[in-house]
Amino acid sequence: MIKRIRHVVIKEFIQLFRDRRMKAIIFVIPVMQLIVFGYAVTTDVKDISTAVYDLDRSSESRELFRRLEASGYFRIGYHVSSPFEIQGLMDRGEITVAVQINHGFSSDLKRGNQAAVQVLLDGTDSNTATVAMDYANRIITKYAKDLGTGRIAVSPFGVELRERAWYNPELRSKNYNVPGVIAFVIMLTCLLLTSMAVVREREIGTMEQLMVTPIRPVEFILGKTIPFALIGFFEMLLVTAIALLKFDIPMKGSFLLLFASTAIYLLSVLGMGLFISTIARTQQQALMATFLFYVPAVLLSGFMFPIENMPEVIQYGTYLNPLRYFLVIIRGIFLKNSGLAVLWPQILSLFMLGILVITVSSMRFRKRMR
Amino acid sequence: MSPGTLAVKVRGLSKLFGDFTAVDAIDLSIKKGEIFGFLGPNGAGKSTTIKMLCGLLLPTSGNGTVNGLDIMKESEEIKKKIGYMSQKFSLYDDLSVEQNIDFFSGIYGVSQTKKIERKEWALDMAGLLDRRKTVTRDLPGGFKQRLALGCAILHAPPLVFLDEPTSGVDPISRRNFWNLINEMSKAGTTVFVTTHYMDEADYCNRLALIYRGRVIAEGTPNDLKQKYMTSYVLEIETDRVVEAMETLNRSGIETAIFGSLLHATVDNMEKAMPRIREVLGEAGIRTERVERIVPSLEDVFVSLIEAA
Repeated sequence: MIKRIRHVVIKEFIQLFRDRRMKAIIFVIPVMQLIVFGYAVTTDVKDISTAVYDLDRSSESRELFRRLEASGYFRIGYHVSSPFEIQGLMDRGEITVAVQINHGFSSDLKRGNQAAVQVLLDGTDSNTATVAMDYANRIITKYAKDLGTGRIAVSPFGVELRERAWYNPELRSKNYNVPGVIAFVIMLTCLLLTSMAVVREREIGTMEQLMVTPIRPVEFILGKTIPFALIGFFEMLLVTAIALLKFDIPMKGSFLLLFASTAIYLLSVLGMGLFISTIARTQQQALMATFLFYVPAVLLSGFMFPIENMPEVIQYGTYLNPLRYFLVIIRGIFLKNSGLAVLWPQILSLFMLGILVITVSSMRFRKRMR
Repeated sequence: MSPGTLAVKVRGLSKLFGDFTAVDAIDLSIKKGEIFGFLGPNGAGKSTTIKMLCGLLLPTSGNGTVNGLDIMKESEEIKKKIGYMSQKFSLYDDLSVEQNIDFFSGIYGVSQTKKIERKEWALDMAGLLDRRKTVTRDLPGGFKQRLALGCAILHAPPLVFLDEPTSGVDPISRRNFWNLINEMSKAGTTVFVTTHYMDEADYCNRLALIYRGRVIAEGTPNDLKQKYMTSYVLEIETDRVVEAMETLNRSGIETAIFGSLLHATVDNMEKAMPRIREVLGEAGIRTERVERIVPSLEDVFVSLIEAA
């Protein structure tokens, strides 16, 4: 039995390294995803294009604008002279924020009256708008405090907030995104490689040939999946190395736990790949099916959108999504130094899901051998 | 016949795909060591039958044995003692010749001691001794075909199933391949082969013709030719072919020119032969030879299928 599995594994590796497309899958996917998630998509808001409408023209108003710009969050590109200009700029998408200071701002401040600053936001990108509002709020509140009046009416709260983010104190989105890449890369490569490798055998007829040999389904399945499990570990190490060396992602937790949980994650991912191979007849279909599974899995993983905000039915559906668990585990290990004591519910769920998927796929597999 | 001398023995073997009956209650008995030809047009049920015998498909009904093992219950045991090769020459295109052989001998569990010997044997048989490092994709069809056969019988099975092994291969390679089959048979291997090339049917010891899922004729090639052709074909050699044909046709004997010869189709050979000599002699045409020839299997099968 071990001998037969070994032969399938060897054959699989020879084929893997002779196939340019497969090599591309192994090396290009992680690099691409790292570039996308490490550099391109960032929820950090910087250099927000801003217009100012200064009706007061006082040293106080100018000082407020200087502070906004000095923060690095706002880039004041336009000094406008009418509200219509603001409207036009915002409609064309040239600015996200406009700050208007009305006539009497400085005199109100001097007299100790309530002074008002109007911040207009383009709400079409609600995420950026919220973040920009928050930044503006903080800068203006600080300015008011420095003036010793505390009476600029931007913050409606009488309470002073002192925020401190744990685990990722600078709130760098890289720290959140890049460990996630490990999960995505493993899923995409393993799904693709496993499903394609099995379906290819069906396409070229070698599957039929193997089915008349004494090889057992379990030997075939193990022989087919072990190489891709090894590839999965390789991808994990590759992405981790780049994350640590290139992106300065902190790795606070245990490597051993990272390895162990990756192994458990691989169970369900390889199982899904196998499942796809039992429904797809051609490699194109396998490719389609992979993405049909992968894209919703990423969207519904809680990575981009909180699961708690999804409709209840969908929330239940996410229990079948291995990413849901593994993202929590991997971020816990990287950013929080969480151990088994904290992560065991996720790890256990992932393990049970893996067993379920592998069992179902193998059963379907056996049927098709008949 | 005692079951010990039969490589395959099945009764009432059927396979239904939904409403469609692919194989309809066929019986087969194949003796050990014989080359058994399974003939029929595309879609007649040849491959389905082979797949049931190999344990690739579970029969809908019927029973029987392959190598003395129950086809319904012992298909995994059967797989250890058979070789199977399909028209697709199922090799790994991206592996080298040697890697393909190593892989299949590993899967068949060929013992370490025999492994090298069997590999050299397969390379020799396929004529690839000096091309063992070649990637299979780059081999011509005929070599691929022989390599596929070699890979399918690395474990030296007593029974080999070949499903249209010669389709898509040039005539020379086909002939060479049949020489291989003959050698295997002489060495005691039973060969079950399907084909739709009628000229290949003559190489078989025994034949069965399958049509629409049913076996419509069975026997040795000569049996079939004699048993199923109701009229006779006579070949006539004369010095003046065209005149001879005209003369014979005028006297009511249907003839046609085949090269420099005439073929006459007659119902009663005993009466026709002296009559032909007589008619031609009266016309002053010298008759060199009149003899019965055996119709080709193609004629037999066309007439059988038309009758079915």
